[in-house]
Amino acid sequence: MKPAPFVHHAPRTVEEAVEVLGQVGHDGKVLAGGQSLIPILNMRLASPGHLVDINGVAGLDEVAVTADAVRVGALVRHARLERDDPAYAATPLLRRVLRHVAHPVIRNRGTTVGSIAHADPAGEMPAVLALTEGVVEVAGPRGRREIPCHDFFLGALETSLAPDELAVAVRFPLLGAHTGTAFAERARRHGDYALAGVAAAVTVDDGVVSSARLSFVSVTDVPGALDVTEAVRGQEPDEVDWSACDDLVRGHLAPEDDIHATAEYRAMLAARLAHLTLAEAAADAVALQAGSGPRHREHEAVGVPREGGPAA
Amino acid sequence: MSDPVPEELLDVTVTVNDVPRHARVPARRLLSDFLRHDVGLTGTHVGCEHGVCGACTVLLDGAPVRACLMFAVTAQAHRITTVEGLGTVEAMGPVQQAFTECHGLQCGFCTPGFLTTVTAYLEDHPHPTPDEAREAISGNLCRCTGYQNIVKSVLRAAEIRAAAGPGAGSGATGDAAADAAGGSAP
Repeated sequence: MKPAPFVHHAPRTVEEAVEVLGQVGHDGKVLAGGQSLIPILNMRLASPGHLVDINGVAGLDEVAVTADAVRVGALVRHARLERDDPAYAATPLLRRVLRHVAHPVIRNRGTTVGSIAHADPAGEMPAVLALTEGVVEVAGPRGRREIPCHDFFLGALETSLAPDELAVAVRFPLLGAHTGTAFAERARRHGDYALAGVAAAVTVDDGVVSSARLSFVSVTDVPGALDVTEAVRGQEPDEVDWSACDDLVRGHLAPEDDIHATAEYRAMLAARLAHLTLAEAAADAVALQAGSGPRHREHEAVGVPREGGPAA
Repeated sequence: MSDPVPEELLDVTVTVNDVPRHARVPARRLLSDFLRHDVGLTGTHVGCEHGVCGACTVLLDGAPVRACLMFAVTAQAHRITTVEGLGTVEAMGPVQQAFTECHGLQCGFCTPGFLTTVTAYLEDHPHPTPDEAREAISGNLCRCTGYQNIVKSVLRAAEIRAAAGPGAGSGATGDAAADAAGGSAP
């Protein structure tokens, strides 16, 4: 299992990368972390003639928290974003979800922007971009443009990026102090592709639910968000019957059978995970408004060595 | 069947276990094949070649990555540590020592990937619980042991590191990782 021959390009700037992409057109592919692309090349499911390796491009490796968004550059590895405390404080959902992206070793190399540009509906980060109504920043020969996520994802592994364009960053908008979030997924083995996963965002205003939104992993054709507010609007967060969202959820899903699970099982699992995450997101919103900041769960701490001696 | 166009060769130099290694290779040369075929360090094993099995795991600037999911040409700017850099038969690293003591291997095919992964993990998490040890190796497949002795080996390696004192780890994962873990530089 070796990749087919290709010409390797190593641009040093975004402008150089865009120029090369323009020259090679549909025969070119961008290489960032390569954790999805290189398996595809190794298995020869794809054999582009040119790889534009952006690992040496300056200025793409920054995480920035602004007044309204977390901005993630195209070379930021999942592991780096996962450990970023300002990003976690601004959008706790990022760390909550990144913990589920493949295995830690893959996260050391794979990039968040690459995962979004890969547009796999079985990927976690496209679901986060959809839930937060994020934006992809793109550089091309016609200058820079921004693509809202609902215009970015066109289908499974299909985006509105042109062959001569490079995704240089994504922005995850902040959800505000009244909105809680949660994420859950189930896989045969932690870190493997999820049988189903759900991200939820619930807004509580004046003590009642004013908005509830979901996005899904592995059970839709295209990464996208589903608004379920109409089923639960105006109810108190701890008294909501979240199963009222079931019809909307079922209507949105398009799961498929495979060797791991039937389509019906995946749909049942996604609906159940929607209940769990909606309830958890609502509790998160209530905690936020109680002034305790994002609900810091102990297991969300990162890189803090344990006290005490080694466990036997 | 011959290639219609001769493949372009690139001069690639990668620092492996603190030694610069040079070869003329095609751009498509995976880091795993560069290490084994071009450098001759066959300790890095190649299993699935699509990132699932973990046998080819090496350290990239101290952090574990899949050598089969990286091209040698991309690795040039980085320091690579392979299993050969973790210790020798005469002076084994703490993780190697623990795997020996606890029978953490049978056929040994998957072992290089476990050793590199666990070495880096213990730099960041010097005192794992049994559950954490299990989670730490979740990205590596072993078809012999049933994992029980590997989990024991991870916990035993933590003991050996702790007994040896700070900075007495393999030293393979670099100053930055040791500093981040609160240890002193090796």
